[in-house]
Amino acid sequence: MAECVRLDSSTSSHTMDKSITLPPDEIFRNLENAKRFAIDIGGSLTKLAYYSTVQHKVAKVRSFDHATKAASDKLYEISVQEEVTARLHFIKFENAYIETCLDFIKDHLVNTDTKVIKATGGGAHKFKELIERKLGLKVDKEDEMTCLIKGCNFVLRNIPHEAFVYAKHADSEFRFQTTQPDIFPYLLVNIGSGVSIVKVESEDKFERIGGSSIGGGTFWGLGALLTKTKRFDELLQLASKGQHTSVDMLVKDIYGGSYGSLGLTGDLIASSFGKSATADKEFSKEDMAKSLLHMISNDIGQLACLYAKLHNLSRVYFGGFFIRGHPVTMHTITYSINFFTKGEVQALFLRHEGYLGAIGAFLKGAEEDNPNQYSWGENYAGSSGLMSVSPDMNPMQRARSGTFDMLEMDRLERQLVNLPLLQDPSSYIPDTMDLTEDALAREYWLYCFEEALDGVVKRAVASQPDMPEAAQRAEKFRQKYRHKLQTLRQQPFAYGSLTVRSLLDTREHCLNEFNFPDPYSKIKQKENDMALKYYQKAVKSLEELSWEQRQFALVRVELMAFISCEHPDNSGVDIILGVMPFVRELLSRGTEVVLASNSGPALNDVTNGELQILTERIAAMDPVIQAGLREDRLMLVQSGSSSPCLDLSRLDKVLAMVVRERQTDLVIIEGMGRAIHTNYYAMLSCESLKMAVIKNSWLADRLGGKLFSVVFKYEVPAGKPSQHSAALSPL
Amino acid sequence: ISVRCSAFPWFGMDIGGTLVKLVYFEPKDITAEEEQEEVENLKSIRRYLTSNTAYGKTGIRDVHLELQDLTLCGRTGNLHFIRFPTHDLPAFLQMGRNKHFSSLHTTLCATGGGAYKFESDFRTMADLQLHKLDELDCLIRGVLYIDSVVSGGPSECYYFENPTDPDRCIQKPYTLENPYPLLLVNIGSGVSILAVYSESNYKRVTGTSLGGGTFLGLCCLLTGCSTFEEALEMASQGESTRVDKLVRDIYGGDYERFGLPGWAVASSFGNMMSKEKRESVSKEDLARATLVTITNNIGSITRMCALNENIERVVFVGNFLRVNTLSMKLLAYAMDYWSKGQLKALFLQHEGYFGAVGALLELLHPS
Repeated sequence: MAECVRLDSSTSSHTMDKSITLPPDEIFRNLENAKRFAIDIGGSLTKLAYYSTVQHKVAKVRSFDHATKAASDKLYEISVQEEVTARLHFIKFENAYIETCLDFIKDHLVNTDTKVIKATGGGAHKFKELIERKLGLKVDKEDEMTCLIKGCNFVLRNIPHEAFVYAKHADSEFRFQTTQPDIFPYLLVNIGSGVSIVKVESEDKFERIGGSSIGGGTFWGLGALLTKTKRFDELLQLASKGQHTSVDMLVKDIYGGSYGSLGLTGDLIASSFGKSATADKEFSKEDMAKSLLHMISNDIGQLACLYAKLHNLSRVYFGGFFIRGHPVTMHTITYSINFFTKGEVQALFLRHEGYLGAIGAFLKGAEEDNPNQYSWGENYAGSSGLMSVSPDMNPMQRARSGTFDMLEMDRLERQLVNLPLLQDPSSYIPDTMDLTEDALAREYWLYCFEEALDGVVKRAVASQPDMPEAAQRAEKFRQKYRHKLQTLRQQPFAYGSLTVRSLLDTREHCLNEFNFPDPYSKIKQKENDMALKYYQKAVKSLEELSWEQRQFALVRVELMAFISCEHPDNSGVDIILGVMPFVRELLSRGTEVVLASNSGPALNDVTNGELQILTERIAAMDPVIQAGLREDRLMLVQSGSSSPCLDLSRLDKVLAMVVRERQTDLVIIEGMGRAIHTNYYAMLSCESLKMAVIKNSWLADRLGGKLFSVVFKYEVPAGKPSQHSAALSPL
Repeated sequence: ISVRCSAFPWFGMDIGGTLVKLVYFEPKDITAEEEQEEVENLKSIRRYLTSNTAYGKTGIRDVHLELQDLTLCGRTGNLHFIRFPTHDLPAFLQMGRNKHFSSLHTTLCATGGGAYKFESDFRTMADLQLHKLDELDCLIRGVLYIDSVVSGGPSECYYFENPTDPDRCIQKPYTLENPYPLLLVNIGSGVSILAVYSESNYKRVTGTSLGGGTFLGLCCLLTGCSTFEEALEMASQGESTRVDKLVRDIYGGDYERFGLPGWAVASSFGNMMSKEKRESVSKEDLARATLVTITNNIGSITRMCALNENIERVVFVGNFLRVNTLSMKLLAYAMDYWSKGQLKALFLQHEGYFGAVGALLELLHPS
């Protein structure tokens, strides 16, 4: 009765446009190391996937051998090394460019041992011969539905804010969903030319439980007959301008009003196209297209609800070319689901829905690399974001044609999991403020980041004094990040919810892209060296205080450290004179301490590598720390993050394990990025302490305090005997 | 006995989105005394209705459905079934006015949306007061009544034996003795699906706007036809597989991984995405595809409701099925095939008139 395939490619005529020139650096990146190609050819769009290894500069720290007194004034040395990381590339373009793209790939593909290209999609067989001839690779066809589901599982698991609810009349049309600890079971309704309804129960278990022949092909085919309009996009545009009420017979056309006893309102459609049977008149193309759109969307929504009910499923994702980036169809499907479930089920859409088939086909081909055993992250620098080529969002861009949409995902060195101490992982939202929904805050932060850009560029150049082309790269970084900020101004939803964290992360990704792995490394080094000199003195003066005085002083010192730092959080004075004495106090009380820090650099935050060295040095002059390390009561662990903020649902697996094994009963989160921008509202199942100094006057205003106010938020989970206190007080 | 009953004439009316359905009870046991007392108006109405089979340009009496020697409320007579398009209701009211219908002081029981929409027109144009009734109440009452009174002649309820084998597919009588629970699917302009547990206990499970009105509306737009009969005639001569994209058009055969047979429709009107194919199909093909699309969709939704409600018997009624064996056989096939023989599709001879019958019963036995 139905099927899952996209359009047969014969339905849209494509002329092979070979005149186009691709901006190669921008689109097919890292082809030199590319392998494991996969391609998904739909009715009008081709999606290409490959795996590459990216050479990146990373800043490494190495302890000096202090036996040889040679460099005694420096704590450690910084070296920039080349590191290879794995990256997935996904590129989407119009079928008309296939030949040009294949040529380009062939020309740039060097020393690859790839022999096979995985292919899926309705158009795969049509282009089989072309692909084999151009690339010299054997086309290996994979089942379309299997690819789709594999791809869907992958994005749901690895991309935060992948799924969203679409509400046309809300402040922000996109409401992004937090990543669920368990993505199964769910229903995927794929609206291609027909409709397939698939129940997915686990990574390998899925079943096509039903479908319908009334789908995108019906809208397109019937729409073309009724309106003499050939293109799918144009039909949708017609529909968005039409009035269905002149074509459809509504309840009020039959009843004169509502059908009260059944609760059917007058505006409800009683009979689609019912008026065109009785009235002897001409109907406008727009009105007929609108009526058709409603008819098909309502029908699909109704069937989806019936299947969801029968199988008792509440997570229903919609995809397929009928949905893909079209606000009009997302709106009508959402409306239909709301109507038929009385709001109990929400229609969910996916940011990378168009890529699912290509991702799945790629994963099928990459099984020996076992991509599913790693965690992956969306690279904001290399990804276009939602609706970068949507005809509705940006008609000019569409008219120019040849727009390429990209998604890049980096393999994370560590596997990321939830903090076991989250009270309810499924409702945890890391970010305190959603800038997609808060226009004022968005305006402010976008402005802030734009203002700060010059400074970041300068610091980036300064971090690589012996590299003459650094200035040029820094300029490229500036352009890239500025462009991202401009995109986000227009499309705040491009990468999921816009947050201070995502703005910071995007900046880190852009810096990395242009090989500025750690612009703060030198500054951090200097500060650490300085602070270390005062460590013993600070500890000594603290020890002279009474217990009670010392507690106050510790907090004060720690918080002083925040502000005395030139930049947010966690390096130099902060870590050495703030955190370490605090750790020392805890240790001397007999408390076990797990000290988590970033895996990779972000701003001037201390990294795990740096902290290891610092701690060793401190241990050399402080017996308490030394004993702690020796007796394993002080552990240094990576957080898995390379962000100034902290997502407690994506933490290093080892950290999660340690937390569980040591039965951690107090979590201290400190700093603006980790305790204010994120996690301010995080609910933990143990006692928690969130500390920060508000170093931003706008934010202080927002929170109802003054600049340099101190947030000291101590929370005890409900049910545990202790008084709750939260304070926002000036220092 | 007749004292309790309402005075003649006895009408039941169902004013739908497309058609008005009228049932009229013609008493055949009128005594000489009654005949003398009977006012001229009443006689003339009876004569007009019973001596004609067509009224005006569009009114039609379905003679083959007439139920003879029926005893209703102690009176014996014939029940007549008449229909005309809803857009001709003004002409009907004009006729009522001309024939001084209002002087008979009868109650006119009416159901369907039009009973509400046109209530004031009845009053102002024909000086008639409507007694408005819920259409689903009437529908169920009508179905149960007609099924219980029809004895001689073709069985009221029937099904198709061997629905999946076109050569051996034949109509067979069915006895709705112990009918509950049953799913009642009323296909008029739109579709309502009811789960019926007893005469008074039922619920509307859902409905769809893709119904008879959609079939006719789309056919009119696609082929330029103007009546249901014309559209059906065209559909009977067309070939939907030229319009629809089948599973085999995509996979070359069955899609075995998901148990989809090659002949199944993958995308209704899917072939019409291609310009060449749009230019090569006939109007008949388009009419057939429209019929198949709408019918199969009703079948899918019905099947899902039957599963959700855990009901195995489905009765299809409504005027979409009138002279529409094509759709009935398709529904019978779809129910049987996709449920692997679990679901049975049943049909009734008086397919579109149950609401009107229910309204008449309300006149005689107010509930």
